[in-house]
Amino acid sequence: MKRTAPLLIASIAGFVMIVAYFIPRTQTWGEDVSVWFDILAAIAFILGGGNLLRVQLKKISDRRPGWAYAAITLIAFVVMLTCGLLKIGSHPNEQHPAFAWSGTYNQTGTPFWWMYEYLIVPLQSTIFAMLAFYVASAAFRAFRAKNVEAILLLGTAFVILLGRTAAGVFLTDFIPSDVLIEDPTFMQHLISTLRLENLTVFLMDIFNTAGNRAIMIGIALGTASVSLKILLGVDRSYLGSGED
Amino acid sequence: MFELFRNIDRRWIFLMMFLCVAVPIFVIGKYKTTFPEKPLVLATNVFNEIDNLPDGSRVLLAFDYDPGSEGELGPMATAFTRHCIEKHHKMYFIALWPLGRQMIDNAVNRIIKADFPELRYGEDYVNLGFKAGNEGVIKVIVTDLRKLYTTDSRGTATDEIPMMQGIENIQQMDLVINVSAGYPGTKEWVQYAVTPFPDRIRLVAGCTGVQAPLLYPYIPQQLPGLLAAIKGASEYESLVMAKYGGENISGKYLEAQRRMGPQLVAHLLMIFLIIAGNVIYFVERRRGVRQ
Amino acid sequence: MKPENRWWVILFAIGAVLLIARWFVMPDGFGRAYVKAVPQAVDAENPDGRWVIYEQAPMADYLDAERTNADQSVYGPSVSRTLGTWIAALLTLFVLSFVIRDNPLYKVAESIFIGVSAAYWMVTGFWDTIVPNLLGKLAPGLLRDWAVPGLGDDQHPELAYLVPLILGIMLLWRLSPVGGWISRWPMAFIIGTFCGLRLMSFLHADFLTQIRNTIVSLYVVDNGSFDAWQSLKNLILVVGVLCCLVYFFFSLEHKGLVGNTARVGIWFLMITFGAAFGYTVMGRIALLAIRIEFLMDDWLWLIDPTNKRLLAEAAGFFLPLFGMG
Repeated sequence: MKRTAPLLIASIAGFVMIVAYFIPRTQTWGEDVSVWFDILAAIAFILGGGNLLRVQLKKISDRRPGWAYAAITLIAFVVMLTCGLLKIGSHPNEQHPAFAWSGTYNQTGTPFWWMYEYLIVPLQSTIFAMLAFYVASAAFRAFRAKNVEAILLLGTAFVILLGRTAAGVFLTDFIPSDVLIEDPTFMQHLISTLRLENLTVFLMDIFNTAGNRAIMIGIALGTASVSLKILLGVDRSYLGSGED
Repeated sequence: MFELFRNIDRRWIFLMMFLCVAVPIFVIGKYKTTFPEKPLVLATNVFNEIDNLPDGSRVLLAFDYDPGSEGELGPMATAFTRHCIEKHHKMYFIALWPLGRQMIDNAVNRIIKADFPELRYGEDYVNLGFKAGNEGVIKVIVTDLRKLYTTDSRGTATDEIPMMQGIENIQQMDLVINVSAGYPGTKEWVQYAVTPFPDRIRLVAGCTGVQAPLLYPYIPQQLPGLLAAIKGASEYESLVMAKYGGENISGKYLEAQRRMGPQLVAHLLMIFLIIAGNVIYFVERRRGVRQ
Repeated sequence: MKPENRWWVILFAIGAVLLIARWFVMPDGFGRAYVKAVPQAVDAENPDGRWVIYEQAPMADYLDAERTNADQSVYGPSVSRTLGTWIAALLTLFVLSFVIRDNPLYKVAESIFIGVSAAYWMVTGFWDTIVPNLLGKLAPGLLRDWAVPGLGDDQHPELAYLVPLILGIMLLWRLSPVGGWISRWPMAFIIGTFCGLRLMSFLHADFLTQIRNTIVSLYVVDNGSFDAWQSLKNLILVVGVLCCLVYFFFSLEHKGLVGNTARVGIWFLMITFGAAFGYTVMGRIALLAIRIEFLMDDWLWLIDPTNKRLLAEAAGFFLPLFGMG
């Protein structure tokens, strides 16, 4: 029961989605399953928050190294959560001023909004911004033109880096462009493609599309086969070790 | 000199990168000039898709990004919103990312409320807000929008919103515009909305640099226009401003074009670093062979 | 003092000196935020609105209003947002300090980020999906009286939504130390639905349609004449896709013709990866630019690309530090 029921649930849910794709009459079944899936996704956010709470509390109670940081995380979490769930400082919906809870939780000026604006925004965007430093360091240390393959990779990166800025246009401005020519010949097209901005487009449209399309086809087949294995119960790894 | 560069502390490289970005920002910010922009075909396609729609068309704007990618995608969202306003399109905002909800609020506050206060909520634009479920949300709203969106983000019943009258699903939108930072994003819109309904749903997108190359196989059949990274944003922004900007363009509508300055200098630094790294590599290899 | 620590002290000292110098250069200070009072829920009974919302306003608007009417109360400086700007700037610097070395300031910033992000997701999931889409379906009347008065009167309880409710409770059981198997049911539902969704979409959009997109004419005729350029582009595209696919075909040993084709496939893939690298760099730099722009514009007032403080520079007002909002 502990293992058979989940297998059945997964198969039924999955095949309902597949059947709904082909038979219009069953389309609403697919919608219902999708809506339930969306609700569970939202509940998973709560699970995530609960899990964070559990892990941090454990860290603090065990006085593990760095427990003070866990306390900071916990305080930030609890304050933000309280402000958001209780809609602290939020005014009611304009059309329903008598209903105190009818306003939105992230209204401008509320503590929840303040924490988003002055904590989440700077922290998240700066954490992502740091990658610029590491990509520069990696380029200096790791990109070596050791063989044909590496030269192709580096060459393309150069063309893209130059071609997608004003430098590309400036450097190859002397090459005649085919844009203004009426009915250009093959050679005119070819020469015009040597302009860095056009070369970028050419590489992206043809070579990059070809490479990524092949990767896409491969991933699609892989995804389809893994999905089918799960739905047919061949792959049961998602059920865990089965010790309990 | 060679030895110094070979053993250089990576923090010096970080400092170089910082300066290459900071100095152009300072100079451009002071003098308020930008590089001339030459829009290429994909950005022009995006512009035309929106511009060629009859005035007052229904446009779904899906803002699937967060502050982590606002540097690249914020200017696109601004330009998309401005373009739709100029065309008097009816804007339906939604988000598949939790923080996307804030991105919609940003667009509404910074552009609509600040510069176009005459636009009325519920008649000219509506914020349907965020729903959890990633592609599961797209899967539902392509056939039944109200199954998930019973209210808008403010808690007003969907049926009471004038511009929602008669909208059953997003197949009734004249165009879907997606600003995408990853999963879920443009790929999912192509997979779950455009591909099953190729004649009814048309999509254009703006995406991060990381995603852009991966989306090229969808062009043009499944995705007629794509703004790739900040350069795409800059090209599109220049097109919108050239047609609708007027004489004095506010700095907030030139954000992407301004950012092409630090972009240029930092790209040149990257090329320099790769060349320098390779010079060191080849010199070392030659020395190794000699020894 | 350890040499490493000495560097930190020097860095902080330089920062402090620069900030103080900045203060003197700009007599009206910097890093201040302004707001505009916007009355809400204005009707006949409440001509001034039932309550006021303070929206972010450019300093230029405040100065303009002050110049017109010194007693105006619509625009004003905001303590909470000024404090917010400073905290945001400091947190930005804390995170950036990681590039020098991992340090307690970075760890503090990181810890705050984890906490507030998890809470944000949880609140959003609750108010945007669980309340309207689960509670709103099970008990619309309750919701109408409580948080969503705008919910239509025609909504009646839909008992089918007991299924996601029960599955949701089972999912949360994962937090309990006993009965781990209980959460497998909702997990199975999530995985099954996900697989069903993906199976069809990947086959349709990424497999069949991509094959269809690759079936292009290798002899393109445009206006009655042979278009050699377009034909060449189509040829490279088709050859490229086929060669890459051969490279991914691992059931045959990559020798002879297959080996050579696979090698061409690798070249195509390398160009693809080069393009990915170039675009990734482009993206990362744009993300750094917005942070530096924030520091220079909103915090230090070194630049003003959007003309937020144009009048201030021209007039040199003395600005009050404490105000509304």
